[in-house]
Amino acid sequence: MSNSTSKKPASKGRRRFLIDSARTACGVGLLGLGIGIYSKSASSMAPMAIRPPGALDEADFLASCTRCGLCVRDCPYNILKLADVGDDVPTGTPYFMARTDPCEMCEDIPCIPVCPTGALDHKLTDINEARMGLAVVVDQETCIAFLGLRCEVCFNVCPIRGDAITLDYRHNERSGKHALFIPIVHSDACTGCGLCERACILDEAAIKIFPMHLAKGELGKHYRLGWEKKDEAGGSLVTPDQEHRYNLPEGVRYDHTGEGLIFDQANAPAMTTPDAAMQETPFSSNPLDTLKKGIQEAD
Amino acid sequence: MARYTVLGAEAIRKKGWWQAHKWLILRRLSQIGILLLFMLGPWAGIWILKGNLSSSLLFDVVPMTDPFVFLQMLATGYSTIATEAITGALIILAFYLLFGGRLFCSWVCPVNLVTDAAFWLRRRLGIKTGANFLRNTKYWMLGMVLLVAAVSGVMAYELVNPVSMLHRGIIFGMGVGWLVIAGIFLFDLFVAKRGWCTNLCPMGAFYGLLGKVSPIRVRADDRSKCDDCAECFVVCPEPQIIPAILKGEEKGIPPVILSGECTNCGRCIDICGEDVFHFGLRFDQSKAALSKQEMNAAALKQQ
Repeated sequence: MSNSTSKKPASKGRRRFLIDSARTACGVGLLGLGIGIYSKSASSMAPMAIRPPGALDEADFLASCTRCGLCVRDCPYNILKLADVGDDVPTGTPYFMARTDPCEMCEDIPCIPVCPTGALDHKLTDINEARMGLAVVVDQETCIAFLGLRCEVCFNVCPIRGDAITLDYRHNERSGKHALFIPIVHSDACTGCGLCERACILDEAAIKIFPMHLAKGELGKHYRLGWEKKDEAGGSLVTPDQEHRYNLPEGVRYDHTGEGLIFDQANAPAMTTPDAAMQETPFSSNPLDTLKKGIQEAD
Repeated sequence: MARYTVLGAEAIRKKGWWQAHKWLILRRLSQIGILLLFMLGPWAGIWILKGNLSSSLLFDVVPMTDPFVFLQMLATGYSTIATEAITGALIILAFYLLFGGRLFCSWVCPVNLVTDAAFWLRRRLGIKTGANFLRNTKYWMLGMVLLVAAVSGVMAYELVNPVSMLHRGIIFGMGVGWLVIAGIFLFDLFVAKRGWCTNLCPMGAFYGLLGKVSPIRVRADDRSKCDDCAECFVVCPEPQIIPAILKGEEKGIPPVILSGECTNCGRCIDICGEDVFHFGLRFDQSKAALSKQEMNAAALKQQ
């Protein structure tokens, strides 16, 4: 009897301990689950928000940024902000908005060495190597360069003018006699500083900085560009190119680069003008005849 | 003298107002002073402390990083940590190992101002309701924080950590975050007595673990003078740690508070009219402890 009475309070205490522990574990576990799930959804950044230069990729950045704001303090142009709770940027992390406060691309990049953890990579010492994002001409319908008006503001404010943004001259089909000065962004030089986005004269910028993963496409890994391989190897890697003959009559050639049919004067058949050649083409106007040709010959 | 009638009245009568509030005033000066040192930069361009409690620079030279944040960073698996953060975390770690882990809670943490205010108002309004937490819930919270960081690979708790949120918010500006702080205040006021700091905050748990080994402690060498007024028990944020030390003379418990839970706030020293408590070293053999040994020796001689 004495054994059971001495055992009872002990087991009661143990029972109490187990229940209390389970209660705490459940409560804390639920909270942890909530924080974990919240962190998943809160870790996706608004595409307009851009990290300072040298920021690690987003997963590593959120693992290493202590949210201390030292980069904010050392930015001489005061462009950086720390996200507030409920912003579209993970709480407390630094970002800037290109449309209002783009990165001025300081040569000494003062925001980077002050970062205590390396969330802003200390290895980045040349601001031209920064890839904060990529400028994209998002709207060709409103960009006034595409409308045939002179603008080129984005081109002119670009700190890496002529490399990150170039102008492409195109024929203005509408007027028939003018040129379009089309801004083209090159990802091998654009740092994503956003000066072009701020400068865009539209009410809503037609050129915008996007995070790399949104701005860039990616060619399938299996693609090999034949002409590059050919240049690298110094010659064709497959059977040498055969010039296509088009089954043309004697004295007639075809030029791929735009001239079309060429008549060698000496051996030309009794045709003098391309028009005549078009009329007296060796091919039947009925494509079925061409298709059946081989069959008929076999017969 | 049995239980007190007006909290602190006895101490003021016996020691004077200053001695009865000394540590409280110093503590508030420390809390507000540290905030001011951070604010002096943005306000007046005088950069003594730059950054916030998570990471900062002292005089633009000495790096400091909160070891709790650093531990979360390690838990995420991020390994290419720059030396500044490592040095900074070691500096802060050494400081709190020396002066008492939860010194952070009562002398530095800005949330302490909020929860102390809630505690004061709670006593004023006579609110007795309270959720019951296991005393060690905050250690579970600490484990959870590290687990979530390890599983998610990001410092997930720093998205919601009210301590860093408040400090950052005061220095860098904050909007919605103030609602979280108001939530902590109301939680402590209505839901649980000293609910956040004592029961839940994983940062407190982390610094509590550091505090287990720190040499600077609250001692009760004069515990024989205790008149059972229980005022220290009322003001202490971790009252469960007091009775064993205060009443442990017969059981041979040394007169020093060794629990990591103690925040070294010194409020017990202020409030005690009999001057039972004082700050000292954990190995200190002075005063009462020594005199007791001498008494024992004298008693032995007489035999």
